[in-house]
Amino acid sequence: MNSTLPDYKQMMSPEVRDRFARLVRRPVIMETRNLFKEFPTSSGKNQIVLKDISFQVHQREFLSIIGPSGCGKSTLIRILAGLETATSGEILLDGKPVVAPGAERGMVFQKYTLFPWLTVCRNVMFGLESIGKDRDTAENIALQWLDIIGLARYADYYPGQLSGGMQQRVAIARALAPQPRVLLMDEPFGALDAQTRTQMQNYLLEVWRNIDITIIFVTHDLDEAVYLSDRILALKANPGEINELIEVPLPRPRRSRMLLEPEFLATREHIDKLIRPPVKREDECEFKVVNMVGDKTFL
Amino acid sequence: MMKMQNVGCFAIRKKLTRRQEYILLFLSFALPLLLWCLVSYVPFLYHPLVRVTDAGDSFLCAPGDLIERSAFEEENRELASSGGKIMRGERANPAYLPAPHQVARSLVTAFLTPPRRDGEAWFHESIGHSIRIVFLGFLISSLFGVPLGILCGTFPFFERLIEPFIEFFRYFPAPVFATLCVAILGINDAPKIAIIFIGTFFQQLPMVANTTRSADGALIEAAQTLGASRRRILMKVIIPSVLPRLYKDMRILLGWAWTYLIVAEVVGTSSGISWFINQQAKYRDFSNVYAAIIIIGCIGLFCDMFLAWFGRQIFPWESKHKGIFYRAAEEIFGPRDQVFSIVLSKEERRKRDEQHSA
Ligand SMILES: Nc1ncnc2c1ncn2[C@@H]1O[C@H](COP(=O)(O)OP(=O)(O)O)[C@@H](O)[C@H]1O
Ligand SMILES: [Mg+2]
Repeated sequence: MNSTLPDYKQMMSPEVRDRFARLVRRPVIMETRNLFKEFPTSSGKNQIVLKDISFQVHQREFLSIIGPSGCGKSTLIRILAGLETATSGEILLDGKPVVAPGAERGMVFQKYTLFPWLTVCRNVMFGLESIGKDRDTAENIALQWLDIIGLARYADYYPGQLSGGMQQRVAIARALAPQPRVLLMDEPFGALDAQTRTQMQNYLLEVWRNIDITIIFVTHDLDEAVYLSDRILALKANPGEINELIEVPLPRPRRSRMLLEPEFLATREHIDKLIRPPVKREDECEFKVVNMVGDKTFL
Repeated sequence: MMKMQNVGCFAIRKKLTRRQEYILLFLSFALPLLLWCLVSYVPFLYHPLVRVTDAGDSFLCAPGDLIERSAFEEENRELASSGGKIMRGERANPAYLPAPHQVARSLVTAFLTPPRRDGEAWFHESIGHSIRIVFLGFLISSLFGVPLGILCGTFPFFERLIEPFIEFFRYFPAPVFATLCVAILGINDAPKIAIIFIGTFFQQLPMVANTTRSADGALIEAAQTLGASRRRILMKVIIPSVLPRLYKDMRILLGWAWTYLIVAEVVGTSSGISWFINQQAKYRDFSNVYAAIIIIGCIGLFCDMFLAWFGRQIFPWESKHKGIFYRAAEEIFGPRDQVFSIVLSKEERRKRDEQHSA
């Protein structure tokens, strides 16, 4: 481990500190209070997946939720979306309790969920028509959105004809078109290749910078979380509990060269230690390299 | 060292060329036909009977009779020993095995020959009647089966209320209701349609329900987070997402409806193609029987080819494996894009044309 890196908290510049001071003064958009979630198991005993989760998201904040696989990230964001009900606790959106899914909380899933029977334009129109916009208005707004995400040319394509990255861009446009209060994203770039993923991250930041949207972003990728977020909610597993709320000491706008700066590395290192499970003896394996070529001179 | 082998057209799961596919399509029909020709035209292969051409002095047989070879030889031996003129004949196949050219001729003459008795149906009328019965039975079944199936597949309430009984009822073979249908509905077309309905409906409902349940939950959730109402989710997400599969189900069920037709047509007054077949069998005109069977097969195949092709037009986002018959249909009815423009709105067409010209 790199012991030369100082504590990430000490590395926050005054400007960034200022930003956070302003951030917490902004109105709270979404909030959870003492959220618990249990799932029944086959043994009859309930498994506690989420334990006492309370946090607040402020207007125009980019909050990431990170944690080891299976710690309940998806469950948490699905509860926020209203797709799953909490065992106990409260979820508030603009101070009002959330009970069911709704258009004021847009969601982008890891799985591609564009409707395959609708063209790209019709997909984006879907949410608009759901909230009562008439067809023409919906089409105009949808075309504007396709323009924003740079896919206007593909308006009449079917999702099956687009690449994974393009499909997720359309999914983001579809979720944003009805002007939700928050955008919930569950590992939206998890299925993409590394290069597309980086593009999509920059592109998401660009969209987020230009519109008034609060984003809650689930990921298990450290770099992604640190690069994108204002604050990071680190969960631990079994049961899923808040470990720490990390304020990322990087200024905005983010640039890819920041991935090499000490602030970035220190924050990354800190979260890595937080969420990496303690290594068990039997997990550490020794590699035995056997030379099967025989020709030692080549080595 | 591994050696790359050239396995030609026997590579595992490797697509054949179009030419190879058409050759194989041709062969898959040509080979059975060839077998049939061999049996029919090469005398020593099968031909267990003898057709008498000259009865000689025999008073047991007349010219044109078909008799067993052993009986023919026995008779000739007796004729020879008693000094009579022996019979002559040629080896022949039994009446139920007509030669290809006879059946081919019947394919035409069956339509041209007037019915033997007044008031009986012409062949084309029989076919028309059969098609009407299948169509009506299937339509009525679908009118109830599809909406109820979708309801059962969407709402667990209806699933639990309706499906158990249907599942139970499904195990009754449709023909057992034949007498009941006649008692209730009379002897004309109504009980026939009812048999097709019973045969189809109780398979259709669970099938449609299962297909509806296979709708992708992730798409439903996506629609929910887009603020769609229950009604909108049902109409605009669940139904469209399973529509191509429902359509395929319908094609399979239509095939089953044809099977029940044969039962249905002998219920009450017999009618349609089965009546024609039974009648021709009574006259021992088996080439007509085969012609009718081949025509049923062709109607079924042609119908299915058309439906497969039509499915492509209305579900353009589905592009799975194209079967060889589908390809053939495409060549008959035209490629997708040409007809697909029917389902595009004016606006979409305009945009597409702009794209094409750009
Ligand atoms: N519907 C469910 N029924 C039972 N257990 C579930 C269900 N959904 C999730 N779980 C359990 O909850 C835990 C957290 O799952 P999930 O939220 O998907 O984790 P993550 O997204 O962080 O990988 C897992 O142990 C999983 O087995
Ligand atoms: Mg997950």
